[in-house]
Amino acid sequence: MAKYIVRRTLLAIPTLLTVLTLVFLLLRVAPGDPAVVILGQYASEETLQAFRERMGLNRPLWVQYLSFLGDLLRGDLGESLISGIPVAEQVRAALPFTLELTASGILLGTLLGVPLGVVTAIRRNSFLDYFGRTFSLAGLSVPAFFLGILLMYLLSIKLNLFPTLGAGNPGDLLDRFFHLILPGLALGLVMTAYVTRMTRSAMLNVLREDYIRTARAKGLREQVVLYRHALRSALIPIISIIGIYSVVLLGSSVMVEIVFSRPGLGKIMLTAMKQRDYAVLQSVMVIYAAFAVFINLLTDLLYGLVDPRIRYD
Amino acid sequence: MTEGLAKTTALPEWAAKERPRRRRWRTFLRNRTAVAGMVVALLVVWAALFAPWIAPYDPLAQNVFYRLTPPERAHPMGTDSYGRDVFSRLIWGARISLAVGVLSVAFGMIAGSLLGLLAAYRGRTVGALIMRGVDVLMSFPDEILGIMILAVLGAGLDRLIIAIGIVMTPRFARLSYGPALAIKEKEYVEAARAIGSSDWKILLRHILPNVAGEIVVMGSLWTATAIRVEANLNFLGLGVPPPIPTWGNMVQTGIDQLTYAPWLSLFPGLAIMITILAFNMLGDGLRDVIDPRLQE
Repeated sequence: MAKYIVRRTLLAIPTLLTVLTLVFLLLRVAPGDPAVVILGQYASEETLQAFRERMGLNRPLWVQYLSFLGDLLRGDLGESLISGIPVAEQVRAALPFTLELTASGILLGTLLGVPLGVVTAIRRNSFLDYFGRTFSLAGLSVPAFFLGILLMYLLSIKLNLFPTLGAGNPGDLLDRFFHLILPGLALGLVMTAYVTRMTRSAMLNVLREDYIRTARAKGLREQVVLYRHALRSALIPIISIIGIYSVVLLGSSVMVEIVFSRPGLGKIMLTAMKQRDYAVLQSVMVIYAAFAVFINLLTDLLYGLVDPRIRYD
Repeated sequence: MTEGLAKTTALPEWAAKERPRRRRWRTFLRNRTAVAGMVVALLVVWAALFAPWIAPYDPLAQNVFYRLTPPERAHPMGTDSYGRDVFSRLIWGARISLAVGVLSVAFGMIAGSLLGLLAAYRGRTVGALIMRGVDVLMSFPDEILGIMILAVLGAGLDRLIIAIGIVMTPRFARLSYGPALAIKEKEYVEAARAIGSSDWKILLRHILPNVAGEIVVMGSLWTATAIRVEANLNFLGLGVPPPIPTWGNMVQTGIDQLTYAPWLSLFPGLAIMITILAFNMLGDGLRDVIDPRLQE
């Protein structure tokens, strides 16, 4: 297992590198000279030149690329083209809010979705199954940001149960938790819908297999058949679904953060986008990309844990 | 005896030709969810096509005397803070969602399938490079990739379609790659190559038709995804600039007024949800028809 972990982790490095290169190149081909965009078209040539000099924009592309990678390795994310504040500082302040939000969403989606999917597969065509399928189809169709707005309207504006905006007082854990509930639910319930549906069909596929019939035929208790034989092999597609959806959820978290005015990465990204602050935009993109690569890596490692065949490949 | 039996079971030529297609159509019609999805999707298409005739008001016309009117007979979905009729804006907004949904999926379908076919057919370096690129693009969340592309392209309807089209491309590439890889080894492809058909002719005439069904079905399902991404990007204010109404930007402007004018966000949000639901239901039904094994 240790060998598998090391090998798979090393394999993530070229992926990460390609992703970083893509981010770097994409923002370099963006139209408009960043110096002109930031300083305005009436800035004098000397000012523009000084700005380019300071930001390293007049160096050859490959030098810029290497220094971009070098800075990243040292944890230096550059500084904002507009405010001059180091990006790493902004990111460090915002990251916990995005992390707690996405983690709670993924946790909720997994803890609700997998059992619900298993139960609806076992009690196929029952009332519960019907309810579960309707719920997941509806959940698959509502964008997380709109579910957030619905929850906000019903639970905080109408019933006044939860705070509406912000992420709470950073020092006050209880306050932070209360601020996390609605956005966490918005992301988590949509994920639940997805995971329920996929778990159900993964379970149904396995329950059709011959070895399940064999297990039943030899008189094993239904519980053993379901949980030791069926669920264990359904676990592989289920883990893959959770991995894929966690990346989708990461994308949705941007909109949910905006709905609830949470001071997370999404807000930094949107502000940078509107101000055309490519330095900040690039760093935030890099963080999101690294996040996604990390989720994929974790999924693969879990595969190895559940399925011995993958480990000894 | 056997001869007689064969005679009675033989169908006239027209029936034999009609049969598979009609059977599929019947399977589809029996699926009530799918039919409901199709009806709603067609309704949205109808609203988008005939928006100028259906919408009771000009979606951009402001009226200071009717600011933030709650839903009433003259304005069934109320008015916004400029006195614009929400219902009319909603109908015009359907145009954006549908145009972006359908055109970006068409973009992704064409570009993606060609890339997938090419990767499968060429194999080796070209194939590996293409599929590696596909993996990298797929590792980004849809919205983040969309934002990144919009950062390069700038805002606007055409750019939004291209951006979401690029987001959709890798899915279609991966979808067509697998089957194309298998079909490539079939005898008739080899035969076509033996008689000297060009690569493109083999790809388009012999391989594409075999994966086309699946591509079209997933296309209808992914239209739902494309509409979701469109709503998200417009919600962030990165797509079509105001004052053009989109469901996403209508929801966005309504958030600040959720306490006293909830209709501003809720109606367009419901429109997004119902449209995505309809395409999901339709796509699911079509998939069951094409591949009955996947039926749940």
